[in-house]
Amino acid sequence: MTEIRTVATTGNLVVAEAMRQCRPDVVAAYPITPQTTIVEEFAKYVAQGRVHTEYVTVESEHSAMSACVGASAAGARVMTATASQGLALMWEELHIASGMRLPIVMANANRALSAPINIHCDHGDAMGARDTGWVMLFAETAQEAYDNTIIALKVAEDPEVLLPAMSCLDGFITTHSIDRIELLDDDTVTGFVGTYQPQNALLDIDNAVSHGCFAGLGGPYFEFKKAQRMAIDRSKAVVERVGNEFTKVSGRDFGLVETDMMDDADVAIVVIGSTAGNVRHVAKEMRAGGVKAGIVKVRCFRPFPHAELAAALKGCRAVAVLDRAESFGAEGGPLYLETRSALYDLESRIPVVNYIYGLGGSDVRLELIHRVYADLSDIASGSAAPSGLVYLGAR
Amino acid sequence: MKWDISDIDSWKTDDFPLGAVIPEAGNSHYYRTGGWRSERPVRNVETCTDCLICWIDCPDTAIHVADEKIAADWLDLDHCKGCGICANECPVEAITMVPEGCELPEVR
Ligand code: SF4
Ligand code: SF4
Repeated sequence: MTEIRTVATTGNLVVAEAMRQCRPDVVAAYPITPQTTIVEEFAKYVAQGRVHTEYVTVESEHSAMSACVGASAAGARVMTATASQGLALMWEELHIASGMRLPIVMANANRALSAPINIHCDHGDAMGARDTGWVMLFAETAQEAYDNTIIALKVAEDPEVLLPAMSCLDGFITTHSIDRIELLDDDTVTGFVGTYQPQNALLDIDNAVSHGCFAGLGGPYFEFKKAQRMAIDRSKAVVERVGNEFTKVSGRDFGLVETDMMDDADVAIVVIGSTAGNVRHVAKEMRAGGVKAGIVKVRCFRPFPHAELAAALKGCRAVAVLDRAESFGAEGGPLYLETRSALYDLESRIPVVNYIYGLGGSDVRLELIHRVYADLSDIASGSAAPSGLVYLGAR
Repeated sequence: MKWDISDIDSWKTDDFPLGAVIPEAGNSHYYRTGGWRSERPVRNVETCTDCLICWIDCPDTAIHVADEKIAADWLDLDHCKGCGICANECPVEAITMVPEGCELPEVR
């Protein structure tokens, strides 16, 4: 019988709680703002004996992910957390973890990348890792960060997937703000994620294998990459299935994309993460003023749900994509590129405008969202769309 | 158990092991590196003290030991790639690297 406990706490502390309930064999981590309190809290659980995890303190994130790779290859259930420069420092091991098909789960507290130095939220860190072969879930709220972390583990360890997964939450906004969160009881979470059955565990000495081998000189590197592509494509159905199973135990919804007020929407904003809250609020105000506004939140960025996004936006007359990350030199931000691509196969052409917003924690005020919906209303009634991308609220 | 890769060139993506593991321990033995050799180590049995430093340091485990001494057929020419580490590390300079001829019958 599922027991739900309602608490008032921060996103980071519930991610640590989710990790404890998932009972990882190994956590190797290095502190970095705004992630630090995740691993700090988890280390406390280890010290208190509330979880029996080998907690490895390392001297950098490069070593943290290296230790995670080694432990996961050995056959352990492995989790960790990082942010920003830490994720950047892990970059080579991110590829190694996915290439070796190691289902490591990592929370990432989204924070801007240097330079100039900044500790606040944007998605530049995670988006820089979007092609590293990890499954990537993004949370709007602390509740979703807790839920996504548990879902991510079950997806990663699924025999159809066996890929690492990232559970992203917005730095400070979600990691440090106190929110109302419903926690599941330990047995429910432990039962939900089940027991990890590693394949090719180094510690399985009766079935000895070599990890980290060479596949060059005309060898099958190409085929291994194709296998990774097939696995992440398969993972989409697994994310959906695990999300549905999670809904059954928790009563909370999970969608690859989550829509609100989209049934009859003329104008819509596509967004990732905590800003979805502001967008939803403004969409309701726009509706009160007679504009049929809707919102589409992308909760799963890898694998990207192109078909679901296109289906959600199909009836719109103008769409805005909010990107909290740059893709310098590209036509727009990462979410914009995916969204435009997703809409290409539709019969009718929908104008899509890209807004870059909130970089380095730049404030996302409600009037900025109002401005986006106002632009969309103008486009929907025949005005020309702004040419090129818009730096929303930049001086 | 030997991992049979005889028809690896006709394998499809699904036939390769998950995550590029090699599902058989120690099968690098089947990969002969002797053909890389341009110099061959020659050991002077008179000056060799059987300290086994060369055996420890050889990166290809190409030096054989029997009864805690360097074995009579000491060198595995299928795998010695002529790096010269053994000659460099021998404390009594009992190993000399000599140019390899063009014939390497042991390399198939
Ligand atoms: S030359 Fe190199 S590979 Fe050959 S026996 Fe000496 S150390 Fe080993
Ligand atoms: S290192 Fe030199 S002395 Fe020692 S066993 Fe090898 S050849 Fe002999």
